[in-house]
Amino acid sequence: MLRLDGVTKVYKVGAFGGKTMTAVDRVSFDVGIGEVVSLIGESGSGKSTIGRMILGLVPSTAGSITFDGVAVKPGKAYYRNVQGVFQDPFSSYNPVFKADRVFQMIRQEYFPGVADWDERVEAALAAVRLSPGQVLHKFPHQLSGGQLQRLLIARALLLDIKLLVADEITSMLDASTRIDVLNLLADLKSRGLGVLYITHDLSLGNYLAERTVVLRRGAVVEMGLTDLVFGGPLHPYTRQLLSAVPRLHAAWEDADPVDTCLYHDKGGSGGLLEAEPGHFVACAALPGCRGAAVSPASPSG
Amino acid sequence: MSLTVNGLQVYYRTLKGEVKALDGVSFSVRDGEILGLAGESGCGKTTLGKSLIRMDGRMRHAGGTVELDGERLPIADDARMNPYRFHKVSLIPQYSMSAMNPTRKIGKMVGELLRSRGVKLDRADLEARLAQVELPREVLDRYPIELSGGMKQRMVMVISTLLNPSLLVADEITSALDVSTQKAVARALAGFRDTGFVKSMIFITHDISLTYQIADSIMIMYAGKLAEKAPARTIVTAPRHPYTRMLIDSLPEVGVRYGDKKLSGIPGSPPSLLDPPTGCRFRDRCPLAFDKCAEEPPALEVEPDHFVACWKA
Amino acid sequence: MTVLDTALPPSPPTVRREALYFALRNGKLLVGLGVITVFLATGLLGPMLVAASPNDYVGLPMQPPSSEHWFGTNTFGQDIFVQFVHGLRTTFAVGVLGGGLAAIIGMVVGFVAGYRGGLVDEVLNMLTNIILVIPTLAVLLIINAYLGIRSVGVQALFIGLTSWPWAARAIRAQTFSLRSREFVDLARLSGARAWKIIVREIAPNMSSYLFMTFILLFGGSILIASSLDFIGLGPTEGVSLGLMLQNAHQWSALHLGLWWWFIPPGAGITAVVGALYVANVGLDEVFNPKLRET
Repeated sequence: MLRLDGVTKVYKVGAFGGKTMTAVDRVSFDVGIGEVVSLIGESGSGKSTIGRMILGLVPSTAGSITFDGVAVKPGKAYYRNVQGVFQDPFSSYNPVFKADRVFQMIRQEYFPGVADWDERVEAALAAVRLSPGQVLHKFPHQLSGGQLQRLLIARALLLDIKLLVADEITSMLDASTRIDVLNLLADLKSRGLGVLYITHDLSLGNYLAERTVVLRRGAVVEMGLTDLVFGGPLHPYTRQLLSAVPRLHAAWEDADPVDTCLYHDKGGSGGLLEAEPGHFVACAALPGCRGAAVSPASPSG
Repeated sequence: MSLTVNGLQVYYRTLKGEVKALDGVSFSVRDGEILGLAGESGCGKTTLGKSLIRMDGRMRHAGGTVELDGERLPIADDARMNPYRFHKVSLIPQYSMSAMNPTRKIGKMVGELLRSRGVKLDRADLEARLAQVELPREVLDRYPIELSGGMKQRMVMVISTLLNPSLLVADEITSALDVSTQKAVARALAGFRDTGFVKSMIFITHDISLTYQIADSIMIMYAGKLAEKAPARTIVTAPRHPYTRMLIDSLPEVGVRYGDKKLSGIPGSPPSLLDPPTGCRFRDRCPLAFDKCAEEPPALEVEPDHFVACWKA
Repeated sequence: MTVLDTALPPSPPTVRREALYFALRNGKLLVGLGVITVFLATGLLGPMLVAASPNDYVGLPMQPPSSEHWFGTNTFGQDIFVQFVHGLRTTFAVGVLGGGLAAIIGMVVGFVAGYRGGLVDEVLNMLTNIILVIPTLAVLLIINAYLGIRSVGVQALFIGLTSWPWAARAIRAQTFSLRSREFVDLARLSGARAWKIIVREIAPNMSSYLFMTFILLFGGSILIASSLDFIGLGPTEGVSLGLMLQNAHQWSALHLGLWWWFIPPGAGITAVVGALYVANVGLDEVFNPKLRET
């Protein structure tokens, strides 16, 4: 459904744009119908830039992003199918207006003069398990972060979308409400919706997604079925990330020494090798590349 | 006992009235103990941390006492607190990454800061401490902007513990960091305790899995009150308060998949602290609530070092 | 407000209500607005209440204030109070027209540059900077000297066309920071057009800022107009506070001891502009929670 092929984003930096900074480097993956794919990376990995390129909010420098085989072109036709929800629920609402204005905007742009609008809103709210009395006609600051994020998902559902780009949508929520929003995203699958879940939190990505893409400095280092990527991580970076995740029932172990790598980082050539069916890893040559120097992501970031 | 807090009440003055952000919390921290303070936003954990150091203009000390090393802290009196700050009790604030003056080189800033506290800078000691958090001594000749987020965070940690305070309060200092940086910072904190730079520590975070990694005991707060306090392992493996239990059950871990085990959150939301309900504050969201919960449950020691404020515990 | 709004339980104060709460308790704002209102009323109603026209010769020359001529008369026997109320009206007109025009240009340039960014921004920014560094007063002098200014409207036009750059820069900076907020992204994802996003999403968030910009431009226009009038480049028709000052100066009112000739217009300009700035500081305190006294 959604396919990224060699997508690259280069920013010009410095006075007169003399220098360049590659934020996203030849990234290719796809999201199918009714599939949740998580895009995992630390800050500066380019994960949000990828989300914004898919949403047409920033143009890509090279590569192609296609939706159902058609190149992505920002505009009403595309946004009927693809919508986004962002990290900060409070920044996602214009503080001057009431929260349900996000629905009215959809109505004005897409459904002027629809008679059963109120019923549609109620249905969308029911799908995100909110009751109209709780959330309608209120200002954003009167609602909780979880309610606000769910309202935004409801807004996307009003459009009958096929793909939702969810960029860190739970990172500002409390633990007790976070999991409900995640479950909601997972439930969207049953409606045939694809979800691209962008996160820095490995445990959340693991909980939700069928497939996982791990990014480092703009390039994919490892991707594939979540069970394979998390169950048997191949790339030293993935292993290091996993070892750093704080767990509830186990103390931090020290990471596998990152320099004894099975696969070596090609420095973002974009080339991925299929190590086993449904499991890809960045590497120059699959067998016999032991001991190649890998610069570990230093703790200083 | 390093720190003893007794019935502490701190209210916020707002336009709409007083928000009872901290409403009668009692606990103690032993020498050499790291207490993890966890809870959701608005539970009073940051207020607690702040009130041990400096109340801002909107905060009011409404009752209760704080004792540090047998001495009563004059927490409501900004001027009289001054001799204690840095020397006895120190804070690493939530946004400490931006707490450093961008126009001063770090070394110079540290010197000025110490002079303002009437202490002379011991360069060798400072460098030893930098080494402890794996910062090169060259950082002293750099500007804050040249450091990454994790490095700044560790620099602030070094600065706030230079005078070997008895108690260090670290408020959400890892929440803006990447996982690998988070691990390094948290371990450096534990290292400070191990080397005796600080005697005891309160580590405030919303992330229970993280606090479990370094804390000796964990205190869970809810709506301005203590819900449960116990050794870290007990909180995670055998929590008694229904809130703690539900909170722990809502945390996805690596290995837990939606398809295999569907986790669930806690329905409802915390009560408004402008006009908190009587009785147990978790009552409305609690599946175990019964008539007795209309009375406020005291925080009882159900087993050694395990305090629970629940009638069903 | 719809029925549903009023049916709601007493909700916490909204942004607007909160602003009103602080506005009614802000001394600076109330004093500033009070002074402006008094002068505005004088300027609007005064000319209707006084029978004479400002250039009529109504009495003996050089009379000090009396019950008949409240502010006295000048060397020609013209009533200074009559001139004052008409002059106030002109002064306010210049402020509204000149300040309004500058505000409109500044907003359009600032919004477009800040929202569009890229090349559009660079071109507009260059234009803004060019106008900003041109010595405005000198240009006005030259234009005035060559073309001559007949009416208040033309004077306001010139002032408006030259005093917008700082407003444009300030609005551009604000737009820039608001543009990266997520609700703007969501509006784009709703398929809304750029102008709609600017008018309906960005502008309402800085309405207080825009209002203050207008107030400052308003005060600035009055000052520039008065300076132009005073150095003899004011409108040749009508009367303004600046022209009164210029006349008083030209006919040596100071040396002749005719204090009632130059004090009213001078005090008028100072009071109006000063009150505008005080009100602006008050507004800043109302809208900016950090400046509020606790």
